[in-house]
Amino acid sequence: MAIITIDQLTKSYRVYQKKEGLREAIRGLVSRDYKTVEAVRGISLRVEPGEFIAFLGPNGAGKTTTLKLLSGVIYPTSGTASVMGFVPWKRDLEYRRRFALVMGQKNQLWWDLPAQESFRLHQQIYCISPSDYQRTLDELTSLLDVRSLLGRPVRELSLGERMKMELIAALLHSPEVLFLDEPTIGLDVIAQRNIQQFLKHYQLERKITILLTSHYMKDVSALCQRVVVVAQGLVQYDGSLSGIVDGFSGQKLINLQLAVGQSESGLERFGEILKIDMPRVTFRCPKPMVSQVLAEILNTYQVDDIAVEDPPLEEVIASLFHSVSGSTGSAPS
Amino acid sequence: MTDNFAHELRTRWMITKTALAERLAYRGDFALGTLMRFLPIITQIFLWWAVFQSLSPSNPESARISGYSFQDMVAYYLLTMLGRAFSSMPGLSSSIAKTIRDGEIKRYLVQPIELLSFLFWSRVAHKIAYYMVAIVPFAIVFFLCRNYFTTPWLDPGTFACFIISLLLSFCLGFYLECCLGLIGFWMLEVSSLLFVYMLMQFFLSGHMFPLDLLPEPFSTLVGYLPIKYLAYFPAAVFLGKVTGAALAIDMVMLVVWTAVFYVASRIMYRRGLERYSGFGG
Repeated sequence: MAIITIDQLTKSYRVYQKKEGLREAIRGLVSRDYKTVEAVRGISLRVEPGEFIAFLGPNGAGKTTTLKLLSGVIYPTSGTASVMGFVPWKRDLEYRRRFALVMGQKNQLWWDLPAQESFRLHQQIYCISPSDYQRTLDELTSLLDVRSLLGRPVRELSLGERMKMELIAALLHSPEVLFLDEPTIGLDVIAQRNIQQFLKHYQLERKITILLTSHYMKDVSALCQRVVVVAQGLVQYDGSLSGIVDGFSGQKLINLQLAVGQSESGLERFGEILKIDMPRVTFRCPKPMVSQVLAEILNTYQVDDIAVEDPPLEEVIASLFHSVSGSTGSAPS
Repeated sequence: MTDNFAHELRTRWMITKTALAERLAYRGDFALGTLMRFLPIITQIFLWWAVFQSLSPSNPESARISGYSFQDMVAYYLLTMLGRAFSSMPGLSSSIAKTIRDGEIKRYLVQPIELLSFLFWSRVAHKIAYYMVAIVPFAIVFFLCRNYFTTPWLDPGTFACFIISLLLSFCLGFYLECCLGLIGFWMLEVSSLLFVYMLMQFFLSGHMFPLDLLPEPFSTLVGYLPIKYLAYFPAAVFLGKVTGAALAIDMVMLVVWTAVFYVASRIMYRRGLERYSGFGG
């Protein structure tokens, strides 16, 4: 039984088209041109309980809009969705008590107060019993290693520490579904890894369902078994992370280390040369050609070392975004 | 049902407590800001003294402006300060507009709390924090100026009306500014609108001078506006300017205006959210 069902969900915005120049600005006072932007153009998805899913896509692809729809912040233009049996945009109080939304750029803690005061307020708002509250808080603070920071005003915390506190605030009421929008944005590598490890551990332990959007491929590869690529408001790919590389990159990278005195000339006929740093040369080559190309190179050149690898995930995904045709406007996030 | 109600009450108390703690986080700045607001009293007293002196250079104490002596004027001014300590809502409208513009409003859609109720109880906390600090200077000023209060001590009924008018002016001021801030759902920038409102409020609430100083027909017209309840009305009640049937009518009108802005703010909030969420479009 799916915990989240999305069926043909669409969302379009009407945005004011501002034109350049003073004359147009004055004209805009009287009559305005509006343009319809289709942020989400028919997304369908089924999520089983306990899945950890990543939404990938370029800026304006409709990821955040989809999370907003699922958390009930906005109404859809058409289509249906159900999360734990609730229609999100009806905003039932019961629904609101059972999920959480964390937006990396938004702050929900009281700035001038220690985080524990915000947590106390959450305990009251979400009707958390004192024993549950204490147990959850102890568990979360020790997992995230922030117990000693509970009494410090939020404004004095670092960005990473604040994000940890945000996560605690979002998880205090033990939500069954968690939406994370760019949870590691702006964090340094160590803080990112801390958050990743925490999320991984927490999700395994509690078996909650998490939908995450992120630009950091590290987040995604560390956490999610399933990846949904969204671009132009449509699902372009839904499957495992490694499947993206297999399915969308018909290319391999070949790294050569040429022997002393060898020239790289002539290598361009095997594929696109990406980097020359003599004696090392890296080039791209279509997958079915790899064995033939390797044989030919070894016959023609003196080679000290040779390695064949998959192109980096970022690159595959970037080319996947790029290849999505049919251009419409980008959506406000 | 009662369980639910008790939960609601506890939530409000918790919001008030948390907001109070936040308010007191900056003790120094807060106390200084509160005390600074008492400075204009001195300039106001001198200003009115100069006005009365020019009316009657030999005996300013005997001069009258529309029935107000110099003493009455100072007493009136001090009472409007007290009224505004209840009804003024510094930063409320602009913070609501900012919440909408920045998208912070999402929080009130995702979490099981409601924006207007949350803001109301935070504001109650702000006021409590303010009175805790301001009570001392208020007491000193009223004690120093005790001779300016020439009207006989109020009867309990009128005094009760005075207290109720102060409390209701808090609610009226709160919901009025909520409505202004909620315009932010339709207009992204409301600061010039707020500026015009503040200017109007300064004159029409009676903060600048007693409204019965205005010539007709303005005096009557302003008397119909809700803004007069924010400063003029409580002071006028205390000074015995409004009595009998007029007092009863004004008290009812104060309740009606408060209810009108309460309902208006709820409707605007609901409509605004529908607009924000792109309901039906």
